[in-house]
Amino acid sequence: MTATPHAATSPTGGIRQAVSDGLIITWRNLKRIPRIPELAIFAIVQSIMFVLLFAFVFGGAIPLPDGGSYREFLMPGIFAQTVTFAAATTAVGMTDDLNKGIIDRFRSLPMARSAVLSGRTLSDVVYNGGILVVLMLSGLAVGWRVHTGPVEFVGAVALLLLFTYAMSWIGVWVGLSVPSVEVANQVGFTVLFPLTFLSNIFVPTQTLPWWLRPVAEWNPVSALTAATRQLWGNPNPFAAAGFPAEHPILLTLIWVAVLIAIFAPLGVRRYQSMSR
Amino acid sequence: MNAIIAEGLVKIYRAKSGDIRALDGLDLAVEEGSVLGLLGPNGAGKTTTVRILATLLRPDAGRATVAGFDVVRDAHRVRTVIGLSGQYAAVDENLTARENLVMFGRLYQLPHAEARRRAGELLDQFALASAADRVVKTYSGGMRRRLDLASALAGRPRLLFLDEPTTGLDPRSRLGMWEVIRERVREGTTLLLTTQYLEEADALAHGIAVVDAGRIIARGTADELKAQVGGERIEVVVREPAAIARAVQVLSRHGDGEWATDAHTRRLTVPTAGGAQALVRIVRDLDEAAIAIDDVGLRRPTLDDVFLALTGHTAAATEDGNGAGDGISRGDTAGTGGGDGTPPIPIRRAVEQTPRKAE
Repeated sequence: MTATPHAATSPTGGIRQAVSDGLIITWRNLKRIPRIPELAIFAIVQSIMFVLLFAFVFGGAIPLPDGGSYREFLMPGIFAQTVTFAAATTAVGMTDDLNKGIIDRFRSLPMARSAVLSGRTLSDVVYNGGILVVLMLSGLAVGWRVHTGPVEFVGAVALLLLFTYAMSWIGVWVGLSVPSVEVANQVGFTVLFPLTFLSNIFVPTQTLPWWLRPVAEWNPVSALTAATRQLWGNPNPFAAAGFPAEHPILLTLIWVAVLIAIFAPLGVRRYQSMSR
Repeated sequence: MNAIIAEGLVKIYRAKSGDIRALDGLDLAVEEGSVLGLLGPNGAGKTTTVRILATLLRPDAGRATVAGFDVVRDAHRVRTVIGLSGQYAAVDENLTARENLVMFGRLYQLPHAEARRRAGELLDQFALASAADRVVKTYSGGMRRRLDLASALAGRPRLLFLDEPTTGLDPRSRLGMWEVIRERVREGTTLLLTTQYLEEADALAHGIAVVDAGRIIARGTADELKAQVGGERIEVVVREPAAIARAVQVLSRHGDGEWATDAHTRRLTVPTAGGAQALVRIVRDLDEAAIAIDDVGLRRPTLDDVFLALTGHTAAATEDGNGAGDGISRGDTAGTGGGDGTPPIPIRRAVEQTPRKAE
C-alpha cells in the first residue's frame, strides 16, 4: 500500500489516542451546554423546585427522629437525586447523537473506539459537577451547612461524582437501546423517580412500612445520601443498625463498582453491535 | 488498480415482520481515481453497500476491500483513508462549522495546528468562510450538505463515499454541490456516489452501476444506459381520441422508430435522436394538419425508464418489493470494468431467474 499521512496510526490506536480522542468528544459535548442553555437551566430549576417544595411545603410535616434541621437533612439527598438523574441526561444525549447520525460519522473516523462512550460519560460528570455547584449555593441560601472539614467535604463531592459516572454508564446503555429521545426521557423518569423516592432522600426510613425499609436502606441512592450526610455532619437517621447504617461510604463505593461492572460492558457491547 | 472491491456482499436485516435481504450478492469494483455512481431506488441496497464499505456495518457474507484493506479485519486502516458523507452521516448542529471541521480533523488524528489550517482551507473551498463561526443549526440545507462533505474531507481521504449527496436539495444547491464534488474528482479522489437520479450519475460519474433488490443489475456509462432505454423520446398528447390515427399518419416520417400509441391517455410516443429540431418539425406538421394537441415534449430517460427497461418493473415498485424475494429476480452482476484496461461491458438484460442463495 502507498504510504498515507496516517500510516503511523496503529490499528488499535493505543492509550494516548484513546485519551486524546476521549477528551475531544468530552470537549464537544461540553461545548453544546451553553449552546442549548435550556437543558442546564431546567435541570437546575427542577432540583431547586424539589428543594423549595420539601424545605417549605412538606418539610414541616416530616419530623426527624433525632431532631435536627430538615433542610440540612434534605440537601445531601437533593444532590444525590440530581446526580442520579445523570443517567437520563446521558441517555438522552446518546440517543440524540445516534438519531442525528453523528455517531455514524464518528464510527467512520480513525479514532479510538472507546472515545464516544468515555467522552460522553466524562462530559456528563463535568456537567453534573457544574450543576452541583449551583445547587450547593442554593442549599447555603436555605440554611444547609457543612459541619466538617475540607477533606470530608471533598470526599463527599468525589462520591457524588463517582456515582454520576456510574449512572452515566446506565444512561449509555439505555440511550443506545431505545429508539428515540422521547423514549429515553420516558425510561429515565419511569425508573429514576421511584428509585429516588424509595430512598432516604426526603423522609427518614423509619417512617416507611417495615417491608420497604430494607429496600430503601440498601438502595444505592440512599447509600450515597447517607454517606454524604455522614461526611458533612448533616442529620443522618437510620431505623436500625446494620450494614447500610454503619458503612454508607463503603456501600456507596460497592454500588458504584457494581453498577459500572454491569453497565459499562453492556453499553460497550451495544455500541459495538451497531455494526451488526 | 481497483481502490474498492466488493465480492458477493450479502446483508440481511433481522426484523420482526421477517428478514429483509438488503444485499443479495453484490459485486463491485471501482478503479483508483475514478467515480462510480451507484444508481437505484430507495431500498435497493445503496446505503447498505456504502455502510459496509465505510466499516459501519459487517456483511453477512462476501468480502470487500477498500484501498487494499479488508473492511472487516482491517476496519481501522480503512477508516484512515476514507471520508463518508451523506444522508446518514452528520455534523454537530450545536457546534460552528469551524469547530466541526477542527474536531473531525483532530479525530482523523491530525495535529491541532494542522486540523485548524485544514478547517480554514475547507471553509474557503466550500464557500462557508463567512458563516464559519455560526452555529450549524442556523444553516440552510445546502450549506449543511456542503459542510457535511467538507467534514468528510477533513482528513484528506483518498476515497470518498457520498450517500445521496443532493437528496432534498433545491436545484441551485444541487448544482453547487455537483461543482464541489467535481473539484474533488479533479484532484484525484476516488469516489463512490449513490443516487436516485440518473441525471446526477450522468453529471458526476465515469461509470454507473444500477442496483436493484441488493444486486447490481447493469453497469456501463450513462450513455450506454440511456441507449439501453431508447434514448430520448418525443411525446405528443392529442386533444381528440379520434385524431390519434390521423396524427400517426402525419407523423410517420418523424422519429427513429415506430410510434407507440395509448388510446386512453391519447399519447403518442416515438424514440428520437433528433432532439429539439425533431420536436420543432413535429409541432409544425401537426399544426399544418390542424390536429389539436394538449401537450408535446422531448422526454429524456429517467431512472424509472432505466428500471423499466432493465427489470420489467418500475423503480417505485422495488421499494415495496424489497423484502426477501419479491418474485422478480434479477441476476446479472458485474464490476464497473475498465479497471484493468478492458472496455466497459455493455448493459445486459438480467437473465438469471432465481435469486442467489446467501453463503
